[in-house]
Amino acid sequence: MRKNYGKLYTAPVLLWLTVFFVIPGLIIVVFSFLKKGLYGGVVWKFSMEAYRALFQPAFLKVVLVTVYISVVSTFLTLLLSIPVAYFIARSKAKNILLLLIIIPFWTNFLIRIFAWIAILGNNGFLNHFFISIGLFPDYIQLLYNQYAVILVTVYTNLPYAILPLYVNVEKFDFSLLEAARDLGATKSQAIFRIFLPNIKVGIITAIIFTFIPALGSYAIPQLVGGADSYMVGNIIARELTINRNWPLASSMSVILTLVTTVAILFFVNMKPGRTMTRTAVQAKAKV
Amino acid sequence: MKGSDLKIKNLSKSFGDTQVLKNISFRVKKGELFSILGPSGCGKTTLLRIIGGFEDPDEGRILMDNQDILELAPNKRGVNTIFQNYALFPHLSVYENIAFPLRIKKYTDGEIKEEVERYLVLARLQDHIRKYPSQLSGGQKQRVAIARALVNQPNILLLDEPLSALDAKLRQHMLIELDSIHDDVGITFIYVTHDQQEAMSVSDYMAVMNKGEILQVGTPSEIYEKPVNAFVADFIGETNFIEGKVTEVGETTGRISVEGLGVLTVDKDCPINVGDRVKLTIRPEKIRITKKEPVFATNPEQFNVIKGKVDEVIYTGFQSKFFVKVNAKYLFRLIKQHVKYYLDEAPISWKDEVFIWWNCDDSYLVEVSAS
Repeated sequence: MRKNYGKLYTAPVLLWLTVFFVIPGLIIVVFSFLKKGLYGGVVWKFSMEAYRALFQPAFLKVVLVTVYISVVSTFLTLLLSIPVAYFIARSKAKNILLLLIIIPFWTNFLIRIFAWIAILGNNGFLNHFFISIGLFPDYIQLLYNQYAVILVTVYTNLPYAILPLYVNVEKFDFSLLEAARDLGATKSQAIFRIFLPNIKVGIITAIIFTFIPALGSYAIPQLVGGADSYMVGNIIARELTINRNWPLASSMSVILTLVTTVAILFFVNMKPGRTMTRTAVQAKAKV
Repeated sequence: MKGSDLKIKNLSKSFGDTQVLKNISFRVKKGELFSILGPSGCGKTTLLRIIGGFEDPDEGRILMDNQDILELAPNKRGVNTIFQNYALFPHLSVYENIAFPLRIKKYTDGEIKEEVERYLVLARLQDHIRKYPSQLSGGQKQRVAIARALVNQPNILLLDEPLSALDAKLRQHMLIELDSIHDDVGITFIYVTHDQQEAMSVSDYMAVMNKGEILQVGTPSEIYEKPVNAFVADFIGETNFIEGKVTEVGETTGRISVEGLGVLTVDKDCPINVGDRVKLTIRPEKIRITKKEPVFATNPEQFNVIKGKVDEVIYTGFQSKFFVKVNAKYLFRLIKQHVKYYLDEAPISWKDEVFIWWNCDDSYLVEVSAS
C-alpha cells in the first residue's frame, strides 16, 4: 500500500490559515462579547452591549447602503463583463486581449484609486475637459458620492468578472446560437434562452468574485465616497481607531462575516444549477 | 406538413480571394430527398448555410415555392437544419430541447406536450424524455436533433453530414431510419455528405460538387452509370480508366487503340471522330474474369478480352476483389460475386494467368477531346 501523504501536504496551508485566519477570527468573535475598555482594548467581562448597539437605525442604514452599493456595482460589472467576455472569446487576438485585462494589476490598487481621483476631481481631467469645451460653466461634483464609489468598484471588479466569464464563454459552443436561430428564436431570445443559461457557472463565479469583496469594501468608499456612501468597512474602521470601541467593531465584523457567508452559501448552492439537481433527483428516482 | 420546392439560381460566394461557390444552379422538387455530395472543402456546407440563412451569397437567388427567401432571417424561412454536431442545448432535457421551437412560438403547455410527444414517438425517444444531451448516445442525440427540427414543421429540412459523428454500424442503421422518417413526414430533405454510399442509398436525386461547382445532377444510378467526367466517375464508387485514341467509328460502336492494351471496342456514348483522344471508364463489377479464354456465341466483336496476371486477391466471402496486371502498365480492379458454393470452385488465385473481359455496352466514355 502506498502511503497517503495528502494530509501532510496540506499542513503548511492549514497552519497558515489557522494562525492568520481562524485564530484572529475567533479573537474577533470573543471580543464582540466583551466590554469596551476606556481607551480602547477590551475589559474581560461578558456583555451583549456591542450587539445591542447594532440595532441603531444609523448602523442599519449603513448595512443597507453597503448591500445597495454592492448589488448595483455587481449588476453593472456583470452587464459590462458579459459582452467583453463574449468578444474576447470570439476574437482572434484572445491572448493579447486577456493580457490587456490583466495589465491594471501591474499598478497598485491604491494608486489606481488615486488615478480616479485625478480624473474625477474638481480640478481633475474630466472637469477640465467639460469646462474647456464649454459644456459646464463651473466644475461639477463628481467625487465623494455613491456614484463615484460604484464607478470605482465596478472598475476594480471588472477583471475579476471578465476572467471567470471568459473561461465559460470560451467553452460555449457558438453553433448553439445558430441552432436556436434556426429553430425560430430571435437574436435576443437566443442570447437569453441559450447563451446565458449555458454560461451560468461563469456568471455565478463572477458574482461571487465581485459581490463579496464589494460587501467588505473599505478603501474605495474611504477615498472616493462621501456621507451617502459610508459602508460597513468604514464604520468598523471608525469604531476601531477613532471611537476606540473594539467590541462594537468586532460585533460589526461578525455580522459582516455572517452576511458574507450567507451570500456565498446562496451563490454556491446555485452553482451546480437546476440541470444537475434535476438529474440527481432523477437518478435517485430510478434506484 | 407539406414540403417545398426549392430553386437555386446562379449562386456565387467568395470568402476573401477564394471563390467557394461558382454559379450554382439546381432545383429540388417538393418532397424529394436530395443530396449534395462532394469532397470536403468543395463548398457544400457553405451552400447549405446559405440556404439556411447563416451566410449571404454574393450573387444569385434562392426561390422557395417561387418566393425569394434570401432576404428572410433564418428563423423566418421555414427551413430547419440538422447540424453536424447536432447542436443540442446542453442545459435543456430531451423534452425541452424538442419543445424549444414551440416555446419560442408561444404555444401553450398542453399544445407543446401533444406536439412534442408526437415527435418523441416518431424519433423513438419516449424512454429518454428527461435525459440531458450529455447522457445520450450518438444515435439518440441524432434523433433528438431530428425531432427538434421537425417539430417546427419546416418545409425543408437541411442535414449537414448528419451521420459523420457516428460509427459505421450505427450509420447504416440511422440512414435507414432517416429514410423512413423522410417517408413519414413527406417534406423536402436536402442532405449534404461526402460519403457517396450514404448519398446513393437514400437519395432520390443527387448533385455532385467539386471546387465550388456542381458537376452533375441526377438520380444515383444515372450518376453512377453515366458520369459526366472522370472526377465524378472516380468520386462515385470505384472505377478503371482507360485512355486511348479513336481509330475507327461505326454506327453504334467505335474502336480505340490503347497503348499496352491493343485495340478495344467502345460504345458510342457520345459523338466521336477518328483521331479523338478519349477516356473510358469501366466499373469493377462489370469486368469478368476467367482462367480459360472465353468464347462468345453471339456478337464476339462486342467483347474486349485482355490477358493479364492476378496481382492480388481480396476475398470477402460474398465476393472477391481482383487486381489484374496487364503488360506491367495497367492494373485493373474488378469484382467477382460468388454466386456458387465457393469451396467447390477452383478459385483463381495470386499469380494466375487470367483473361478479363467485358461487353463494350458496359463501359462508358467519360471524356472526349478532339485532336
